[in-house]
Amino acid sequence: MSTTPATVGSAATAPDPARWKGWIPVIGLEVHCQLKTRTKLFCGCEYRFGAEPNTLTCAVCTAQPGALPVLNREALALAVRAGLALGAEIAPWSKFDRKNYFYCDLPKGYQISQFDRPYCKGGGITLANGHRIRLTRIHLEEDAGKAIHDRGAQTLVDLNRASVPLIESVTEADVRSPEEAHEYLDRLKEILQYAGASDCDMEKGSLRVDVNVSVHRPGEPWRKRVELKNLNSFRNVSAAIEHELARQIAIYESNDPSQQVVQETRLFDAQAGVTRSMRGKEEAHDYRYFPEPDLLPIEIDAAFLAEQRAALGELPEAKRARFQSELGLSEYDAGVLTSSPALSRWFEECARLCGSPKDAANWIQNEILRGLSAEQRPASAIAELRVTPAGLAELIGLAHKGTLNVPGARQVLRAMLETGKGAAALVQELGLEQVSDTGALEQWCREALVGKDKVIADVKAGKEKAIGALVGPVMKASKGKANPQVVTEILLRLVKELP
Amino acid sequence: MSARAPQGVLELAADVRARRTNAVAAAEQALARLEKSRGALNAVLAVDRDGALARARELDRRSASGTDVGPLAGVPFALKANMCLAGVEANCASRVLAGYKPPYTATFVQRLLDAGANPIAITNMDEFAMGSSGENSAYGTTKNPWDLARTPGGSSSGSAALVAAGVVPFALGSDTGGSVRQPAALSNLAGYKPTYGRISRYGLIAFASSLDQVSPFARSVADVELVTRTMCGHDERDTTSLPEPAFDAAPDADSLRGLRIGVPDEYFPATLDAAVRARTEEALAVLERAGAQLVRVSLPHSEHAIATYYVVATAEASSNLARYDGVRYGPRAAGDGSLQSMYAATRAQGFGDEVKRRILLGTYVLSSGYYDAWYRRALKVRTLLLRDFERAFERCDIVAGPTSPTAAFKLGEKSDDPVAMYLSDVLTVPASLAGLPALSLPCGFVADGASRLPIGLQLIGPARADARVLALGRHYQKLTAFHGELAPLAHEVAA
Repeated sequence: MSTTPATVGSAATAPDPARWKGWIPVIGLEVHCQLKTRTKLFCGCEYRFGAEPNTLTCAVCTAQPGALPVLNREALALAVRAGLALGAEIAPWSKFDRKNYFYCDLPKGYQISQFDRPYCKGGGITLANGHRIRLTRIHLEEDAGKAIHDRGAQTLVDLNRASVPLIESVTEADVRSPEEAHEYLDRLKEILQYAGASDCDMEKGSLRVDVNVSVHRPGEPWRKRVELKNLNSFRNVSAAIEHELARQIAIYESNDPSQQVVQETRLFDAQAGVTRSMRGKEEAHDYRYFPEPDLLPIEIDAAFLAEQRAALGELPEAKRARFQSELGLSEYDAGVLTSSPALSRWFEECARLCGSPKDAANWIQNEILRGLSAEQRPASAIAELRVTPAGLAELIGLAHKGTLNVPGARQVLRAMLETGKGAAALVQELGLEQVSDTGALEQWCREALVGKDKVIADVKAGKEKAIGALVGPVMKASKGKANPQVVTEILLRLVKELP
Repeated sequence: MSARAPQGVLELAADVRARRTNAVAAAEQALARLEKSRGALNAVLAVDRDGALARARELDRRSASGTDVGPLAGVPFALKANMCLAGVEANCASRVLAGYKPPYTATFVQRLLDAGANPIAITNMDEFAMGSSGENSAYGTTKNPWDLARTPGGSSSGSAALVAAGVVPFALGSDTGGSVRQPAALSNLAGYKPTYGRISRYGLIAFASSLDQVSPFARSVADVELVTRTMCGHDERDTTSLPEPAFDAAPDADSLRGLRIGVPDEYFPATLDAAVRARTEEALAVLERAGAQLVRVSLPHSEHAIATYYVVATAEASSNLARYDGVRYGPRAAGDGSLQSMYAATRAQGFGDEVKRRILLGTYVLSSGYYDAWYRRALKVRTLLLRDFERAFERCDIVAGPTSPTAAFKLGEKSDDPVAMYLSDVLTVPASLAGLPALSLPCGFVADGASRLPIGLQLIGPARADARVLALGRHYQKLTAFHGELAPLAHEVAA
C-alpha cells in the first residue's frame, strides 16, 4: 500500500469533513474471491458449497506426503480475466510462494500464495462520484479448509474447500467513507461476475472482505492502522467502518493517554455493532514466505492474454451505456437490468425477441423482479424461473396485438410462472382473449347507452371524458375480455351518431 | 538357483522373459535372502510378501499366456521408506509417520510396476532422508554388508545394504545432497542421481523439493541405467519434471578417444583420505589409457557448497515437514487439549534430534530479518555453483572425482558431531545444488584392519547429459572388475 494519502479524484466529491470532526478516513480493502473453476487450484477435485465434509478431496488437497500441486490452467485464465476486467496489468512472469503457518484447516502447514511477484498489478474502479479506487495488486492463491468448532468439545476439519482457487485484490487506501467502500464492493462484485471469474456470493463464502481503517488530520501523517475481519455482508463492511472510525476518532479526541489506538486486528460483532480486538501486532505471524519449489514460475504469453481478453464479455459499465444509447432505456432502468449478468442476459434476449426493449424492461421490473424481491430472491434468480425470455416476449407480443389487456396479461404471466406453460396456450385456457369483434361490442355499447342521457349530453357538449363512465359496464358485460380502447371508440361513435 | 551368486537386473529379467526362471521363484529367493540378512543388516522396515507374491503369480500367468511382461519382468526390488506404494507403510523412518500407509502409488513406482518389476520391501533410512550414515533412523541403524560395524552410508542406507548383500538386484534411494551416491560408494554399488527433473517426484516424500531426486542402486551401471530409463520422462503430476520423455541409452564406444574428463582441483583437497585419492587417481588413469583426455578444471565456489546446501535444504525442509502435525496422519500426542500444544507435543515426540535441528535451522534462515542474510544469499551462491560447472563444461565433457571423502566409517564415529557428518557430503552436494546428473561407481578398495572397504568414483555431467554419464560408467565397468566383487555378507546370504 502506498504511504501517501490518496489524491486521486476531485476534492469536490470528497465526503464532508464535518462528519468526522475534521478527521479524514483512510480505508483500504482486501477482497478474496473464489474463482469459478470446475476444479481446485492444484488438483482435479471439484468443489461444491455445502457438500458432505471431506468428500471432495484427494491426495494432493489433503497434503498426503509425497503429493505435488499442479497449476489449474482454468484458474489462471479466470484470474487473468478478472485482472483485465479491472483494468490491471498482467505480469508476463510471476511465481508462487509458500506462506507458512500452522492451523488445523491448513493441511500442508503452508498456503501456496504469491508474495513479492503477483500475477497482476494496478487497475482500479471509478465510483459514481468520479473518485477512483486504485488497486495495488491481485494475486492468486489457494483457500484453506474449514475448521468447525461448534460441534461439542472437538474441532472438526473439512478439507473440501482446501486448495480452492482464490484471487486476493488489495486496494490502495483510496476509500474515503463507508459508502465508498460499499459502492466499491458492489462494483467489484459486478465486474467479477461479468468477467465470469467469480460468483462473489458472500453467503457461500465465495467473496470475503477485510478492511484496513485509520484516520488522519489534513496535512498530517496517517495514524495507526486497524484491520477489521469477520465481515459477512457489504452492509456489515460499511457498518464496521463507520463504527471503527467513530471509535478511533473518539479516542484521539478524548486526549486521554490511557486510551490508545493500537495496530491490531479487530473482529466486527454485527449484532452488538462494535469491533473487538482479536490480536495485536506483537502476535503477528512471521509467515516465512519463500518461493514454492514444487511449481514452475507462471509465464503468460501474448497469445494466452489475447485469448482471455477475447473471452471477456461486455463489462457492466459498457453494457449500461449501450442499454441507454442503443435500447433507449433510462439510466435507472439500465442500472437495474445490468445489476447481474444473468438478469442482463435475460433482458437482452427478451428485448430482442419481442422487439420492444422498453416493454421488456417494464415487464421485467414491474412484474418479475418485484415478485422475486417479495420472495427475497436475488435478481439473478430470474434465470431459474419457469418463464423464459421467449415466453415473456410472446406475452408482450399478445398484449401488443390487442389479444390481451393489461390485467389479463398480468394474470397470464402469473399462470406462466406457476405452470411454465406458453402465453398463447394460457390465454386460451383462461378464456382471456380480448373481444375486439365490433358486432358483439356494439351490441353491449348500445345497451350501455340506454337511459344515460346526461352522459350523452356531456359528450355532445364536448366533454368526451364523460364517456369513461360507460366503459366499465361494457367491460363487465364482456366479462373483462373487451378491449377498453375499442369500447371507448365505439361508444363515442355511437353518441355522435345519435340525433 | 539358491546357491548361486546374485544376478543383476538385466540378467534376471532376461531369464524371466525367456522363462528360464519365473517371477515367483525370483520373488521367493529375494524374500528368503531378505529374511536371512534381516537380523545382521536391519535394512528393512516393512516387507510386502503377499503383495510381491501376488504380483509375481500374476506376471507368470501373463507370461505363460504369451504377453510381453516388460523389460524388468519379475525383478524384485526395494523401495526407500520415503516412497509411496499404495497400502504399504512409508514412514520415512520417523515416529511421526508411524503406521502411515499412502493411499496412492508414486509415478516412478508405477512405471517400474508397469515394466514388470516387483517391490518386495521398504527399506530403512535416516529419518526423512536427513543424514549420511543411517544412524538417524527411529527404527535402528542399518549395517554395511562389507563390515557390520560400519555404516552403509546414508540416507538411503537400507536400499544400499540390500543390494550390496545380494538380496535384490536393484533398489531405489533418494538423493538430495548425496544420499544415494555416498552409500553407493561405501557399499560397492553403482548409484545414479539423474538430472533434476528426470524422474517425477510425485510420490517421493519430500525432504528438500528443489534437490530431491529418485535414484537407483544396482551393482552395474547398465542396470541403474535401465532402471533410470524406465522411471524417467515427463509426469503431468510433477510440473518440475522435465518435459521430454525418457532418454535413449548411448551406444557402447570402442574407446574414449575425444572425451575430455575434467578433474577439479577442489575435489582433491589436502585432507582427502589417502586411499580415496589413490583409487580415484587410478580410476582416472584407467580412463586416460582408454583414450580420454584429462583436463584440470576449477569449481571455485565448491567450498561454499555445504553451507549453501544446509541453508537451502533446511529452509525447504522446515516447510515440507510442517504437515506432520498429528491432524491427518501419524500418531497424535494429546498435549494439554489446545491445538498448539497438540502440535508441539506431536512434533516433539515424533521427530528425532537431527530432523528437529534441521527444522529449526530452516525456520531460522527464512525468518523475517534473516532471510536476506541466509536464504537469499544461499540462492545466489547456488547460482554461482551452477556457473562454476557451466564454465568447467566449456573445457570438458564430464567432471570426475571421488564420491566420498572417506570409505565407510564406523557406526557411532560421527554421530555426536553433526558438522563432521555434514562434511561426508562435501563432494556430492555441488552436483545436487546444480541439478546435474551424477553417478557413483566402484573404483577399488582399501584395507582397514580385517575389513576390505569399497571406494567410489563420481562422474558428473552437464544438465540433461544423463546418457553420456552412464555410457562412460558402462565403459569403465568394461575395463574394471571392482563392481563384480561381493560383500562378505552377500556370499553368506547366497549360500
